[in-house]
Amino acid sequence: MFFPISQSHISPIYLVVVGFCIGVMGGFFGVGGSFIAGPALRAVGLDWNFAVGTDLAHIVGKSVVAAKRHRALGNVDLRLGFIMALGTMGGAEVGAQLIQMLKRAGNVNFVVSIVSIVIYVSISSFMIWEAWRTLHLRKKRRPRSKVPGTAAKQDESSFSHRTRAIQRLRLWPMISLPTSGVTISLWVIVLVSFIGGLFSGFLGGGAGYIRMPMMVYVLGIPTHLAVGTDLFEIIISASYGTFSHAIKGNVDILIALVMHTGAAIGAQIGAVSTQYFAGPKIRLAFVPLPLIGAAIVIYTLLTGHKL
Amino acid sequence: MKAETSTTFRAFAIELAVYAVLVTGYFFLVLHFLSGWLQELHLHHVKLYALVAIVLIIGQAVLLESITTWLFRLLRGRSE
Repeated sequence: MFFPISQSHISPIYLVVVGFCIGVMGGFFGVGGSFIAGPALRAVGLDWNFAVGTDLAHIVGKSVVAAKRHRALGNVDLRLGFIMALGTMGGAEVGAQLIQMLKRAGNVNFVVSIVSIVIYVSISSFMIWEAWRTLHLRKKRRPRSKVPGTAAKQDESSFSHRTRAIQRLRLWPMISLPTSGVTISLWVIVLVSFIGGLFSGFLGGGAGYIRMPMMVYVLGIPTHLAVGTDLFEIIISASYGTFSHAIKGNVDILIALVMHTGAAIGAQIGAVSTQYFAGPKIRLAFVPLPLIGAAIVIYTLLTGHKL
Repeated sequence: MKAETSTTFRAFAIELAVYAVLVTGYFFLVLHFLSGWLQELHLHHVKLYALVAIVLIIGQAVLLESITTWLFRLLRGRSE
């Protein structure tokens, strides 16, 4: 099928299947799935700048579906989501400007590929380490290794002592988040969301692959709430990112609409599935995903093929 | 338990099949009627294009979410 906006020929079945797979992952992990969607769009000949912008548009739609389902399951902290959206939009704009600078310099593909690899491998390495330590701690002192959260969805993390230290920082104003059971400085939330937004604008997607772990490890949000709240926040920030990229000519909305038809059903399946898994297991299952993205980007760099 | 799982999978398979038919029809309608107009907007009215893009993707999300929820309730209701 010919998509006139990006001047590309892509099979709609391929787009629907990719959208479905990313939808399941997005609903389950609270991520945009850009580490798969970006390379998947590149694999069929779309340039990075179009892949980044189009993926963002598709993420808006998928997040609406998944967040609606998570809200029904009580997994969304609206106050946190709105605060984070502000920081994310600031970061996303800076990231989008960086992409524009690289486009003008003519080396956008190479730089974004290298940054992607470093980020994906770092996230996976950290989460493997954290999962191993959490499992080790669970055996030794389970009752004391809990991240502060709601009674129903308390979580465990070997990083919880650092999380508590961050929550004790008295940088005015302090924000109370009753849904998540956390009180924390506004500036910490803004910093976390700004970093997430920066990667969102630069690498594409909602940057849930970096923000969801940061919400758990830095802010101390229980994993289930981090997943749902991240999706809600992604709706706002990815909409802004889509608008910003569309103005710069980086969005083929027809491709995004086709991808989203698969993602809509996948996202619901993923969201409902979170109810059957504990927080550490969701985080452990998350580990291979960025590595898959990194492997695809490395293959593209080494072979020169758009995969 | 086994019968319940089997019923759930059957309902899900039917949901997927109905959804696939609906989506295929929707594809051709949307791509046929919107592609020319959207390309024109993309080339000459980029800010309007950006706004329309967001409205379209959110509108589609709400529509498809409603369809899948409705299908799920309908099929689950019949299977119980």
